[in-house]
Amino acid sequence: MAMKRYSVFAIAREAMSYHMGWERAWRSPAPKRKYDAVIVGAGGHGLATAYYLGKNHGLTNVAIIEKGWLGGGNTGRNTTIIRSNYLQDPSAAIYEKARSLYETMSQDLNYNVMFSPRGLLMLGQTEHEVRGYKRTVYANNLQGVSTEWISPRRVKELVPIINIDGPRYPVLGALYQARGGTARHDAVAWGYARACSAMGMDVIQQCEVTGVRTEAGRVIGIDTTRGAIDCDKLGMVVAGHSSVLAEMAGFRLPIESLALQALVSEPIKPCMDVVVMANTVHGYMSQSDKGEMVIGGGTDGFNNYTQRGSFHHIEETVRALIETFPMISRLKMLRQWGGIVDMTGDRSPLISKTPVEGIFVNCGWGTGGFKAIPGSGWAMAELMARGASPLAEEFSMYRFREGKFIDESVAAGVAH
Amino acid sequence: MLILECPCCGVKAEETELTPGGEAHLKRCGPGSTDDEFDGYMFARANPRGVHFERWRHAYGCGKWFLAARCTATLEVFGTYPAQSKQPPAELQAKIKARRPGWEGWT
Repeated sequence: MAMKRYSVFAIAREAMSYHMGWERAWRSPAPKRKYDAVIVGAGGHGLATAYYLGKNHGLTNVAIIEKGWLGGGNTGRNTTIIRSNYLQDPSAAIYEKARSLYETMSQDLNYNVMFSPRGLLMLGQTEHEVRGYKRTVYANNLQGVSTEWISPRRVKELVPIINIDGPRYPVLGALYQARGGTARHDAVAWGYARACSAMGMDVIQQCEVTGVRTEAGRVIGIDTTRGAIDCDKLGMVVAGHSSVLAEMAGFRLPIESLALQALVSEPIKPCMDVVVMANTVHGYMSQSDKGEMVIGGGTDGFNNYTQRGSFHHIEETVRALIETFPMISRLKMLRQWGGIVDMTGDRSPLISKTPVEGIFVNCGWGTGGFKAIPGSGWAMAELMARGASPLAEEFSMYRFREGKFIDESVAAGVAH
Repeated sequence: MLILECPCCGVKAEETELTPGGEAHLKRCGPGSTDDEFDGYMFARANPRGVHFERWRHAYGCGKWFLAARCTATLEVFGTYPAQSKQPPAELQAKIKARRPGWEGWT
């Protein structure tokens, strides 16, 4: 099962045979009868969980089950932003862990995930926002997360296309994380899948879970469209469909599924080499390597599983961004799409044991899960293998009952 | 575009006029309830993929709250009814049952 390493020498070697000799990056095996652990959901978080189960805890008799195709859910639908400038300590810890793992991910996985720490700005456009972000900067400094508060002039230097003295939304400064940035979202899923497959794990696509079997309050297996699979441990990492899976296992989660949309423009010449988030106006924007302006907006307010959102949110997002970036007013928008995000009441995730012994849940990343993928997988794997993880401790699903919220909904505004 | 008919003023309102208010028919826990019961009432949600009963407010219209039955998998609207209802009206339940034979019914 040894995987052929990708390298410049491999390219030269394969060139000799007209690049016909490349093997598939991961196997597509039929499911076995039993695994030590089954992860439901082959998106970034699920694959990362499996990867760290193998890499950090030596557990490789693992299957990753996916009802659609690999990375076809929110992993392939986000705006690829990576940052860790969170207010609350537990959030900063896990997002900073993730961000630091992104820095070496291409080397670790031997797969180019195109991590680009190009810098990230969160604009302060009202006095309240300025105060909130300054507080976040102070908190980040205490947490060991490197961020700073920068002046409007510095913002203008970093983002020449920005209009800092817009009549309605003047830029009063920004929270700047120089090591934030973007990565290639599909490559993150593909790289993890390849590494998992190389460790002997089974990545099983087109296989939908139809039931969860339990015995005396303990999980014993799952039923799928490709037959029954037994397992000792089950990780549910299915984002927007977490409630559906939890229902099969007989419990409820503090989750509501909403549609979140994003869109990209036609490709243009390089004009903005940082990520800019404007939370007052519910919009954020970066430029992809292909030259498209990648724009994200806010969520719809009502429960929705359809992966399409309401048009008026796009309109609001674009209208507000045009005031901040006047030059995009002439851009044609190429594509728009939606994903189903799993929102918790405090806008922080769940990495948790559940009422059913042996079932673990990793969900609730809401509108900002991509940036957390490696840290989330790291913590979830530790929780599943050892029964506890320092990174996941505060993210228990029982924190609501105890009133121990990790309140990022106030701290982060909307998009995070 | 989502369009709901407000049962208070009769206007067929599109979603920019409306504010969503989450799951309907939650049973409020009284004094003496356990932490688990309060947890269930305040935070745990059914969040079904399919028939969903929910609260809406005609925010930029008559301002009144009302309830709606909607399918979260297709965005089909089955109907709306007054906020004072203890449960969905029988004819609405029958309509949903006709449209979604697999629906397990009102519980």
